[in-house]
Amino acid sequence: MIEKLAMYMQYPFVRYALIVGVLIALCSSLLGVTLVLKRFSFIGDGLSHVAFGAIAIASVTGVSNNMLLVLPITVISAILLLRTGQDTRIKGDAAIAMISVGALAFGYLIMNIFSTSSNLSGDVCSTLFGSTSILTLTVLEVRLCVVLSVVVVAIFILFYNKIFAVTFDENFSKATGINANAYNLLIAIVIALVIVLAMNLVGSLLISALVIFPALSAMRLFHSFKRVTVFSALLSVICALAGIIISILAGTPVGATIVTVDIVAFALCCGVGFCI
Amino acid sequence: MALITVQNLSLGYDSHVIVKDLNFSVSAGDYLCIVGENGSGKTTLMKTLLRLREPVGGQIVIGDGLKETEIGYLPQQTIVQKDFPASVKEIVLSGCLGRCGLRPFYSREDKRLARENMERMGISSLSSRSYRDLSGGQQQRVLLARALCATGKVLLLDEPVAGLDPMVTVEMYDLIEQLNKEGITVIMISHDVAAALRYASHILHIGDTVFFGTKEEYLKSDAGSFFLMQQNRKRDEGEQGS
Repeated sequence: MIEKLAMYMQYPFVRYALIVGVLIALCSSLLGVTLVLKRFSFIGDGLSHVAFGAIAIASVTGVSNNMLLVLPITVISAILLLRTGQDTRIKGDAAIAMISVGALAFGYLIMNIFSTSSNLSGDVCSTLFGSTSILTLTVLEVRLCVVLSVVVVAIFILFYNKIFAVTFDENFSKATGINANAYNLLIAIVIALVIVLAMNLVGSLLISALVIFPALSAMRLFHSFKRVTVFSALLSVICALAGIIISILAGTPVGATIVTVDIVAFALCCGVGFCI
Repeated sequence: MALITVQNLSLGYDSHVIVKDLNFSVSAGDYLCIVGENGSGKTTLMKTLLRLREPVGGQIVIGDGLKETEIGYLPQQTIVQKDFPASVKEIVLSGCLGRCGLRPFYSREDKRLARENMERMGISSLSSRSYRDLSGGQQQRVLLARALCATGKVLLLDEPVAGLDPMVTVEMYDLIEQLNKEGITVIMISHDVAAALRYASHILHIGDTVFFGTKEEYLKSDAGSFFLMQQNRKRDEGEQGS
């Protein structure tokens, strides 16, 4: 089995998949804790559907690099979604549901009407479940992914204390002179970045799993924000590595395998948390 | 000069005005209780004082060397906080953030301040415990310590004893009184008029009738006697009912 793995490791696309997989798992888990606590678990789902719609537009209009169109559209949607989360007529969950379903339907519709591809349902399926895209990464995409991950991690570390304060108690933060709206905006932008990144790995339907499972698992075991964050990042990276390796060896779809490993880890954490 | 002077303040949501022409001032060392029926605008007033909400009309003047961000706030607990994985230390430290500005991490000074305030609130032994595992009274002490990290001058307390049992309520009131005696100005929203009259130096009553003055003046005023009468009647009815 190790020989088989070593053989696979000689292929650059396998190495790329591992690098990108680990980076995405790390980034998505960092903000997972904040999102779960802010009751925005589903924003990953909503935004990934928006990104799906954007990819549909990009593939139909023939934009050379998907990212150029997908990234700005997703960032704008994230800002709108987190903004409606506060004090407005359409509440957070309803807004997410609206945008997510709308973008999904719209994306599928234009793909269906304008698509030139002969294998439409295959295209849709791989966009949604990310079945093969992580194994077809180009060098440019890997570089982009590395740069964006470094940016996300740096932002997270620099603003860690503020993100904590804004998540725990927004009103108190505002009253003591922290610009909570700016930090909410920052969180929204970073989430959008992470989701666009993660689409390549697990596809748009399974992103929520990457965002919430490590956070929920860590919350079972640890009691301080710092430990929960560090552990969820570690767990997420380990699960992603394990998932990718299993999927290579067993020939299973990458995204679904990673999520399954995440679920198993969550069950284990629940068990351990129950015992202690 | 007063710490906080409120002039002709009108409060409300959108264009709907709840309270009109509010005038009062808070001086250093005061203990002001804001009382009134549900929906009379107490919490809205507090949010306006904290600049979380724009006043519909009038203005709030802050003086006597008080900075706008030097107001400590003890909010009512939110649902999010109930199962929030955070240690007591992390929460108390977050009170120092307002002074950090753009500095990303806590300084030694911040950590010292957090330690001192935890000691002051008698929660040093809980410092690495998880907030969600604490009792209601302990959680309030944690939030109070956090508020003290943000200010040494003015505390705004929104229903600090809501949901606490009678014993812990008395402890909480004593703690607040102690802070007031140490020179911290206290502004507190309360349902509990009896406690307000026991501890406060000034009363602000908002609702159909608006009253502001010292406790003694309040007892003699129409608003005060009417409100007290109602409270007594409610209590009597409650006793008959049970």
